[in-house]
Amino acid sequence: MEFFRYLGANTRESFTKLGRGSYFLIGMLAGISSVLVRPHLILKQMHSVGVLSFLIIFISGLFVGMVLGLQGFYILSRFGAEETLGVMVAASLVRELGPVVSALLFAGRAGSALTAEIGLMKATEQLSGMEMMAIDPIKRIISPRFLAGFLSMPLLAALFSAVGIMGGQIVGCGLLGVDDGAYWSQMNAAIDFQKDIINGVIKSLVFGFITTWIALFEGYDAVPTAEGVSRATTRTVVNSAFSILGLDFILTALMFGDN
Amino acid sequence: MPHNKTQDTLVGLFVAAGIASLFFLALQVSNLSSFTKGNTYEVVARFSNSGGLKAKAAVSAAGVKIGSVKSITFDPKTFESIVKMDIDAQYNTLPDDVTASVYTAGLLGEQYVSLDGGGSDDYLKNGSKIEITNSSLILEKAIGQFLFKSAEENKGSGDKKNNPKK
Repeated sequence: MEFFRYLGANTRESFTKLGRGSYFLIGMLAGISSVLVRPHLILKQMHSVGVLSFLIIFISGLFVGMVLGLQGFYILSRFGAEETLGVMVAASLVRELGPVVSALLFAGRAGSALTAEIGLMKATEQLSGMEMMAIDPIKRIISPRFLAGFLSMPLLAALFSAVGIMGGQIVGCGLLGVDDGAYWSQMNAAIDFQKDIINGVIKSLVFGFITTWIALFEGYDAVPTAEGVSRATTRTVVNSAFSILGLDFILTALMFGDN
Repeated sequence: MPHNKTQDTLVGLFVAAGIASLFFLALQVSNLSSFTKGNTYEVVARFSNSGGLKAKAAVSAAGVKIGSVKSITFDPKTFESIVKMDIDAQYNTLPDDVTASVYTAGLLGEQYVSLDGGGSDDYLKNGSKIEITNSSLILEKAIGQFLFKSAEENKGSGDKKNNPKK
């Protein structure tokens, strides 16, 4: 009996939270117009969200590309198709790994920082202080961070893919002896701009939207104690990862399902 | 909040790097740059079998890409496949008696249309039809024919061996 009560309370609480999150989203999107008047707010947030994530994205992309080069070469050489290594590396990076892995890293690196920052602002009553001064914290704090995350994500994902393709080229052509010209020309012939690259960018925009939303909402909704902020940070990373991977399946089915 | 100039520069660099990698993906990785849809003219060829040829596949002459396949449709009356191709307008002096063949790039590669030969003084124009075509090589068919042939030869030689006994 206790179990059912627990289940009911939890279900109800999660729907309540979804409702609060949706209200929060509407307020956040409505606040964007007033942020555009003060672009330096976005710039400052792009520094902490985008520029500081640059290094982790760059290094991870390089290594993911290099591993793809090694593994791909091992598999493809069994069929005598080493020349298509470029296609394999580029397609898997541009379609899947670029948007997904960089979004997961982004959630871990930038999302958790956003949650902790806003949660701590709430715990130290800075947000209430702003409200007392008749400054809307959603417009002043939340919306610039949302825009910065939303805009940084596709840039980071593109960077990840580009660096990964170079990493695959370093390993494939430099170490394993795949022909350099074949690597690029086969890739060129097989990767479609509309179908692969644009869809990859759309994916990363969706992931940037959802990750930043979750991070900001968890921070804003955190219980204003040390423990509450720590839990909210954990929830940000976990929920972002779930939504990214779940949405990725749906988006992939929509984009690439028809052939 | 004081305005930090280094921060602005870093953000600028970050955005520039992101946009540069998008350009890299668009131009270097994808096929956006390889064939710009400028001025083209359309020619039609009928193949008895176009194999695994797909729309957007390359049309090449002497190994150089000069156009792409626009559409492939099936004609139920003649049981042929109708392949429409867009050829770059700068190659407007192709003789109208060229042979169109479906080839495969490498053993497992993409299929493409190759235009060879021809010596006519008339050139291919928009809407012209290529009369001489070679169908794609279907591996199963070729193997089947080979097996059939070698079985026939074996049978023939077997008969010869058997005959003296009789």
